[in-house]
Amino acid sequence: MMGRFTWFNATSLTLGFAFLYIPILLLVVYSFNESRLVTVWGGWSTKWYGEVLRDEQFLDAAWVTLRVAFVSSTMATALGTLAALALVRAGRFSGRTLFSGMIYAPLVMPEVITGLSLLLLFIALDVNRGLGTIIIAHTTFSMCFVSVVVSSRLVSFDRSLEEAAMDLGATQAQTFRLVTLPIIAPAVISGWLLAFTLSLDDLVIASFTAGPSATTLPMKIFSSVRLGVSPEINALSTMLIGIVTVGVLSASIVSKRSAQRRAAQERAARAAGQ
Amino acid sequence: MVSAKAAAPQSADRPDFAPWRDADAKPLIQMRNLVKRFGEFTAVDGIDLDIYPREFFSLLGPSGCGKTTIMRMLAGFEEPTEGAITLDGQDIAGVPPNRRPVNMMFQSYALFPHLSVEQNIAFGLKREGMPKDQITERVAEMLRLVQLQQFASRKPHQISGGQRQRVALARSLAKAPKLLLLDEPLGALDKKLRTQTQFELMDIQEKTGTTFVIVTHDQEEAMTVSSRVAVMDNGRIMQVATPRDIYEAPGSRYVAEFIGDVNLIEGRAGVWVDGQQQIHRHEGEQPLVVQAETALPEGAQACLAIRPEKVEIFHEKPAHANAVQGKVLDIAYLGSTTTYHVEIAGGLVLKALVANAHKDLETPFTWDDQCWLGWTARRSVVLTQ
Repeated sequence: MMGRFTWFNATSLTLGFAFLYIPILLLVVYSFNESRLVTVWGGWSTKWYGEVLRDEQFLDAAWVTLRVAFVSSTMATALGTLAALALVRAGRFSGRTLFSGMIYAPLVMPEVITGLSLLLLFIALDVNRGLGTIIIAHTTFSMCFVSVVVSSRLVSFDRSLEEAAMDLGATQAQTFRLVTLPIIAPAVISGWLLAFTLSLDDLVIASFTAGPSATTLPMKIFSSVRLGVSPEINALSTMLIGIVTVGVLSASIVSKRSAQRRAAQERAARAAGQ
Repeated sequence: MVSAKAAAPQSADRPDFAPWRDADAKPLIQMRNLVKRFGEFTAVDGIDLDIYPREFFSLLGPSGCGKTTIMRMLAGFEEPTEGAITLDGQDIAGVPPNRRPVNMMFQSYALFPHLSVEQNIAFGLKREGMPKDQITERVAEMLRLVQLQQFASRKPHQISGGQRQRVALARSLAKAPKLLLLDEPLGALDKKLRTQTQFELMDIQEKTGTTFVIVTHDQEEAMTVSSRVAVMDNGRIMQVATPRDIYEAPGSRYVAEFIGDVNLIEGRAGVWVDGQQQIHRHEGEQPLVVQAETALPEGAQACLAIRPEKVEIFHEKPAHANAVQGKVLDIAYLGSTTTYHVEIAGGLVLKALVANAHKDLETPFTWDDQCWLGWTARRSVVLTQ
């Protein structure tokens, strides 16, 4: 394939990236603004970063968010993996399409509806809303994402590996723990990461299900923006962008390196075998 | 060697090894009226089969003939719909795969990709709860058996296809099973490696004294390695016999055609004299004669089967009991052999395979030559099925 860099290509690429990144770039630049007024440039400064890190409310919200994300993504991963296993493995039974459709439906369900229905459920059950209810809500909506990621890996899973393990004397539980899980681990981990990020940035469902005692970072940001955008928010958002960028980059570098290493080893094995 | 006597029973001498002819021999596996249905489809349709200890037994047949289903029932991955399987006299119905003294080598090898060669081989031993030092010892022994000592710490993707095959074999033999099942064990290897590996497999089978049951669709492979072969079709066993008997004395047209090349000449049974059966192709023609132990009813439909290498080709009418005139239609020169396709009366084409022992630059026959084909009564067999 010849990569031809024509004017048309260059222009569309520039426009596309501009569309994607100018807003973010603007936010990053303004986070270093000296001035209290967001839209007026007052020179370079990092003082708002210091302000954010001293703000108890923001730190509390960040702590809540992290706890919710960690617990809910772990629970969602366990449930989603089990659901994927059941659906991929159960073979053909009547209503299978219906079941797999029902697992994936929350993917396209408007978040408002998910949030509202969960809120109604919690009220009906008379549950005290707080950290626990946010965790349950986030588990509910992110487990179907995990299930999609894991089942795509399971479809290409060689069942004879499990049969081999059983044949060699492993019980079903040992087979799962020693063979199935290690092999689908990459998909399970990316499912967990996906659930974690989904939980981190969720605003709608958290707003419905959180009580007065627990506020997540997106909720905090949203509510303070309603009182006017402050440079503190810009600084906080820039930090979040930084964390996400570093995470995504390092994950892709690690996986690319290991793919390259594996390919090289396979080439060497083939060459040695001839 | 410490004791030659102790080692003696380890090497079952192939020519003498025939427990299926011994009425006192106890089979390791007995299948009685074994049936397996998947919904409407009958994969295995009433099989009776005895397999003896230390045999190298092949289930041979085209894909979908039920051979893999039998193997999976032996391993415990499928339960029989009807009938029984006994292993060492014990009914194994309902015993899960992890509790059977049976191991399987999978067609895809099914090596655990996240474990090293060593850990793959040790997997079954660990599940058994074998002490650590014994596991190390046993793994080393298995690595020596398949000559992979220097690859112990490699992962499966770091070794070649042939080496993976040997790891799979070592892993399935590590627990010293009573019965080893091999599902198309050489299917994924290229031709040259396959031939070499066949002999290694036989060697290892003799060394370990394990009973091997192999599933294959490759007739050459089955012929080379097996003590006995079961030829299967449509969920049924067509014939069980030694490779030589399968080839030289096939029991049916299907078996004769499935194994090797064969000329089939249809006709009607004539008289039977002194162990020789006459077969008439056409009225008023010199009948063909074929060795047969029992007489066929006169006039019955019968088929004479003769292998191409047993048919000789002549310029003049030979003195053989069977001589038919024809015309050379095609010549297939393969270097070591030449196959002549000869059209005889009635439009039937017979093949005659001639070994090219001499370095003649000219073939003795060319296209459209008139010729004679001849063979003795002993070389052919008569088939009624």
